[in-house]
Amino acid sequence: MRALEVGARALLLEFRDGEEAGAFHAELLRRRAAGTLPPVRDVVPAARTVLLDGVADPRRLAAEVVAWEVPPPRWRAQPAVELPVRYDGPDLAEVAAVWGVAPREVPGIHASAEYRVAFCGFAPGFAYLTGLPEGYAVPRRATPRTAVPAGSVGLAGPYTGVYPRSSPGGWQLVGTTDAVLWDPAREPAALLAPGTRVRFVEEAG
Amino acid sequence: MTDRAFTVVRAGTLTTVQDRGRAGYAHLGVPRSGALDPYAASLANRLVGNDDGAAVLETTLVGCAVRPQCAVTVAVGGAPCPVTVDGRPAPWGAAVRVPAGALLDVGSAVRGLRSYVAFAGGVAAEAVLGSRSTDLLSGLGPAALADGTVLALGAPRPVPARPEGVPWPGVPDELVLRVRWGPRDDWFTSGALRTLTSRRYRVSAASNRIGLRVEGPPLERARAGELPSEGMVLGAVQVPPDGLPVVFLADHPTTGGYPVVAVVHEPDLAAAAQAPPGTPVRFTGADAR
Repeated sequence: MRALEVGARALLLEFRDGEEAGAFHAELLRRRAAGTLPPVRDVVPAARTVLLDGVADPRRLAAEVVAWEVPPPRWRAQPAVELPVRYDGPDLAEVAAVWGVAPREVPGIHASAEYRVAFCGFAPGFAYLTGLPEGYAVPRRATPRTAVPAGSVGLAGPYTGVYPRSSPGGWQLVGTTDAVLWDPAREPAALLAPGTRVRFVEEAG
Repeated sequence: MTDRAFTVVRAGTLTTVQDRGRAGYAHLGVPRSGALDPYAASLANRLVGNDDGAAVLETTLVGCAVRPQCAVTVAVGGAPCPVTVDGRPAPWGAAVRVPAGALLDVGSAVRGLRSYVAFAGGVAAEAVLGSRSTDLLSGLGPAALADGTVLALGAPRPVPARPEGVPWPGVPDELVLRVRWGPRDDWFTSGALRTLTSRRYRVSAASNRIGLRVEGPPLERARAGELPSEGMVLGAVQVPPDGLPVVFLADHPTTGGYPVVAVVHEPDLAAAAQAPPGTPVRFTGADAR
């Protein structure tokens, strides 16, 4: 792990890969809940980094965290959020072609993987889920759609994501869920916060 | 005390409700948002007896006009501008009593970009995640004002005779932004780092609440490709493929894939919010490396 200072009040922790970043993120949250982490305003995981923003003394915190022994995360111990999905997306055939399977096989492959929210971004409540086995990455669409409906389940690179509300987007759409991903009146507002386990359950179209 | 509200008569080019924003939700993809010039917003609030964090109006260049349904004390701060009540001149930077039904006009900025209008009791728009700020990137909070919008006001407190001041950086003739290098300065050539801190840039007209864009010599990358998305901070100097730096302001995205060459010292961002297009910009090193 590398710790990079970001301005006067933040620290960017960089890891070999997303797995290691996810494990460290889980440890940060554990220590924050236990009250043993110095005050940090934002803990923002991403593809293979965790940003600690709003830190009084980033240099001191850096010296502390690089010495941590981080146990392997026990994802399975957490309950999973289940998202019912109708696999009726307009890009099913394209995804099938990239995977080298028939379109009717896509739902089974997608729904059998176990997912975890690696990080959020792009829009409030938009989660980047990892869990698709290696070899199932798909490119973004060459031309993004100007409007992707809320609840669309899409794939891009190694990630699966669900659009919390209608927005432009370039992900390959494979299905639709009625789950409410983002509701500011709910606590927490985001259904899928970083670290959450997720399962997609195929619904009859 | 009924009808504590005002109607927007002239919304201007972009007038939004702002307080200190919704910090602490970046991990859910929620930008911080909040007044771009927090010093000016605090000062206007103190003049009318509000807490620093009460919601105010943030105007852009041409001001706005509102008609309160009740008598209310207001103060206009930030970018200096003519202020009138039913056509009669009123002071900028001071508490002004506006009678019920009178027209408060906040004119075009004489200098700077963003004026702040504080109302005694604060603008009582609906809070989202603890903040009433309009977030233009993700659409959270109240919509930008439109002609005819009605906004409620909170309960006023006594207006202090001598409010405590706030140092206000003001409107810069030349915008000086102190930076700390990193976290991705190693993605740029040493020549590019010298360019950033030695050459002149100018504020671009494409700037907005998300970022301050500048025009000037592009920064040359030492390596190609894109970074995997990583968390972004307020004041990050992100460099897209065209090589022209963008300084992230309050409505910035929480993650991004372009390398951040340096980070601007946060207190310098208030002046950045008041620098009109064409203002000369100088980036100076805040640390030795």
